[in-house]
Amino acid sequence: MPEVTTDPATPVDVAMTVNGVARKARVEARKTLADTLREDFGLTGTHLGCEHGVCGACTVLLDGAAVRACLLFAVQVDGAEVTTVEGLSDGAASLTPVQQAFRAHHGLQCGFCTPGFVVSTTAFLTDNPDPTDDEIRAGLAGNLCRCTGYQGIVRAVRGAAEAIREQGGESA
Amino acid sequence: MKPPPFCYHSPRTTAEAVAIVGELADEAKVLAGGQSLVPLLALRMARPEHVVDVNRVSELAGARRDNGSLWVGATTRHAALERDADIRADVPLLSQVAPHIGHFQIRNRGTIGGSISHADPAAELPAVALALDAEIEAASPRGTRRIPAAEFFQGTFLTALEPDEVLVAVRFPVWGRGSGFAVEEVARRHGDFALAGVVCGVQVDEGVIGRVAVALLGMGSTPVRASATEQALIGVAPADVDLVAAGGTAVVAAEPPTDVHADGGYRKRVGAVLVERALAKAITAAGGSE
Repeated sequence: MPEVTTDPATPVDVAMTVNGVARKARVEARKTLADTLREDFGLTGTHLGCEHGVCGACTVLLDGAAVRACLLFAVQVDGAEVTTVEGLSDGAASLTPVQQAFRAHHGLQCGFCTPGFVVSTTAFLTDNPDPTDDEIRAGLAGNLCRCTGYQGIVRAVRGAAEAIREQGGESA
Repeated sequence: MKPPPFCYHSPRTTAEAVAIVGELADEAKVLAGGQSLVPLLALRMARPEHVVDVNRVSELAGARRDNGSLWVGATTRHAALERDADIRADVPLLSQVAPHIGHFQIRNRGTIGGSISHADPAAELPAVALALDAEIEAASPRGTRRIPAAEFFQGTFLTALEPDEVLVAVRFPVWGRGSGFAVEEVARRHGDFALAGVVCGVQVDEGVIGRVAVALLGMGSTPVRASATEQALIGVAPADVDLVAAGGTAVVAAEPPTDVHADGGYRKRVGAVLVERALAKAITAAGGSE
């Protein structure tokens, strides 16, 4: 990736690791990480809810930290590691504790916000393994849901936290 | 919407960043955390021809002690303010205020340099810089200067930074022993910009208040220093502090805005109460008792 693009319209090459796999794309500097994941890598689990950093549906892990993919340009992520919702588990047969909990506790209805919640919860529980309900609500306030009214989501996060503690380990 | 087209620059050193911004001046915007800039680009409220990404300038990240001050590099993330033990030890108010900034996903990218140069009147870090008499270090091809916080914030999203300058660091005085700090905010939802907020510090020395700093956010077009309140508290024993009077004095000259989020009169009443609560907490934290 060059240190400067001299023509906004000319795409540049970017390379990053996504869900453990080395990926490359050729993108304009203004193309967001969210759009690159969806269009160039076919990983449409990362959703676009607001495209201005408010709703959290686009949350991914960048070098392990939860971030809004709609507020990053792919060119910024050159050389980094990205984990999307698709990369949390090894497949449908081995859902993570967070994914299982969202399923078991009715933590979703239409599912549009769910990837953002699942990725954010995975990160949140890593740093807060035993949260109170208030801490869950405050911690996940950066993710918006239009369907559920959040009750099922809070139950799912609580359930995931318990399951992870019982398993003595990691949320993903 | 999608961001408009721009030329992208990714300097690796401060000198490179300063040279690029120095030459391009108001055709360029500096990209740090992107949590304020990229929404503006996405909503097409800003259309810079050039974006200068300073995230790869490693010398702009981190904090270090420099005599009686803590030098905090511009690209230090809010998450680092929350977690770094040295920052917590030297400038506790930074660590205390950080959890109030947005949400944790925002704090993983947002930076102190970005927040202070963006100068949102409801933001926490500008109020902390103002309260603690921080100095903002700005570099351009013409040289580096230190701008006192009292001169830096000039209006809503307006600062003393020239178009060809890069904010490279913020220096905070270290208060040391006997000091306590507090943050009080009212927001309708967790992580929202505050309707009104207070950051304060109190230092108790030989049984009386020797140093005090109170700044309000969300109460005007810039953070507001409650100087009259501060002066009235110097030399007063913690047990003799009239918190209600302090709160009233702090807001009497304020003209907070009325907007969709809150009425100016409400902000003023809330601001006064928040000053009372913040002072009480800071005094307790300083080892005095109220």
